[in-house]
Amino acid sequence: MKCDVVVVGAGPAGSMAARTAAAAGLNVVMLEKRQEIGDPVRCAEGVGKRVLCEMVKPDSQWIAAEVKGARIYAPDGTRVVMSEDRAGSEVGYVLERKIFDRALAMDAARVGAKVLVKTRALELLRKNGVPCGVSAMHMGEPLQIEAPLIIGADGVESKVGRWAGIDTALKPKDIHCCAQFLVQDSTIDDEYCEFFLGNNLAPGGYVWTFPKGDKLANVGIGVQGSKSGSGVPVRLLKEFMKSHFPNGRVVEIVAGGDPSSGVIESATADGVMLVGDAAHQTDPITGGGILNAMKAGIIAGEVAVKAVSNGNLSKAGLKEYEDRWRAEMGKHIARSFEYKEFFVKLTDNDLNQLIGSLKNEDISKMDLRGMLRMLFKLNPKLLWELRHLVV
Amino acid sequence: MWRCDPLLTVNRYKCCYCGACVGVCPTMSLELVETWLEVSPECKECGICTKICPVGALEVKA
Ligand SMILES: Cc1cc2nc3c(=O)[nH]c(=O)nc-3n(C[C@H](O)[C@H](O)[C@H](O)COP(=O)(O)OP(=O)(O)OC[C@H]3O[C@@H](n4cnc5c(N)ncnc54)[C@H](O)[C@@H]3O)c2cc1C
Ligand code: SF4
Ligand code: SF4
Repeated sequence: MKCDVVVVGAGPAGSMAARTAAAAGLNVVMLEKRQEIGDPVRCAEGVGKRVLCEMVKPDSQWIAAEVKGARIYAPDGTRVVMSEDRAGSEVGYVLERKIFDRALAMDAARVGAKVLVKTRALELLRKNGVPCGVSAMHMGEPLQIEAPLIIGADGVESKVGRWAGIDTALKPKDIHCCAQFLVQDSTIDDEYCEFFLGNNLAPGGYVWTFPKGDKLANVGIGVQGSKSGSGVPVRLLKEFMKSHFPNGRVVEIVAGGDPSSGVIESATADGVMLVGDAAHQTDPITGGGILNAMKAGIIAGEVAVKAVSNGNLSKAGLKEYEDRWRAEMGKHIARSFEYKEFFVKLTDNDLNQLIGSLKNEDISKMDLRGMLRMLFKLNPKLLWELRHLVV
Repeated sequence: MWRCDPLLTVNRYKCCYCGACVGVCPTMSLELVETWLEVSPECKECGICTKICPVGALEVKA
């Protein structure tokens, strides 16, 4: 099989890349190793409404709930509230990703991309050392797909980059180990996302509840890998359930790893671009990665169109992708990474002081950045290390 | 050292096939195929993946 671009992985990053490239007339093949796109889910499904709607038309089929805002809880129980209109980049919609991911893949198919499910990329094909496609296993049979350009959208497990010589293996401190229950409970607040902080609750991370409507919520935990241990996330999540939703019924279990490494050195190699979690484009402090994955997919698709038409698919020829994703989200990711490196060191007392200091401030219209700036103003000593970030 | 089985064991009754372990393995020894986690002979038994697994499905036998 021959094509212009082969996309490995049909998550949000891959589908947006495939759709963008196919819509511009390229011959695109997208591989997905699973037999069902989007399933099982490895996500809490929260996205900012505004940015999402800039990229795709919202569809009630894949919106589980719309939230008003977010509440943050300190280890001592102190609570602050941020409202959606500004906290919007972290919350807004809670998606139904099984349907969402599938819908994005179908959008790509509709504009001409060929989608192959149950098709797993095994390695890169090379001609004179230069990548020229992938060899794959398609429903148990070998399949070679020749293409001058490979887009690695293969998520947290990514191997495309490693095959191309980019070391994307995550260090334990740069991955958040997650477990999540889909919980049914009459006490669930259908209108707010909630975040619970504390070193006993979730070392180096947080517990979240993201409502999905009708007293259902994704209740999950992310623990920094270096502070985690075998089975720790699911054990801590069960403890949280006991104290917060003692009567909650668990109707689904999710596990997952969320990259929190900050900006990777290179997301391109000769004939290869990495997008989404494969390129660690998640926000290290919130763990959110859907929107960045989609943005990067679109940029990669656009660059693919140019690069294929002018025939320069070397790393240098793909520099536009590298430049554009860094301009679009790199700075933000780098800054969030520094926040993460700092916040994982805080004690529960520090966290109590920080969140307590906001109690008498009106942060209801603030986003995460605004809140951090306010925190700095109120706690200059504690946050001294971060002063260069807060300008 | 000669051995017939990899010392890394996967408890397939626990594994939630999430792929977190695949992402941290420094030697690319793990591969997730749907619900089946494959361990290749390149595994160095470093134990990194066992500490990362959210549900405790991996173990390096001493
Ligand atoms: C527990 C958890 C909670 C999260 N919560 C949120 C949240 O609330 N909001 C948010 O924005 N982000 C969240 N994230 C992050 C978000 O899920 C990811 O950033 C997002 O899914 C990345 O999209 P992607 O397309 O890059 O990768 P993925 O969605 O992971 O897709 C990669 C695809 O590639 C396929 N694949 C892998 N290898 C191969 C191969 N060799 N051949 C063929 N196919 C292959 C995989 O099967 C998969 O379908 C969360 C992550 C976790 C783990
Ligand atoms: S990290 Fe654990 S649950 Fe996830 S795939 Fe690996 S062994 Fe399975
Ligand atoms: S023990 Fe180490 S080398 Fe073996 S699979 Fe786990 S991370 Fe990879």
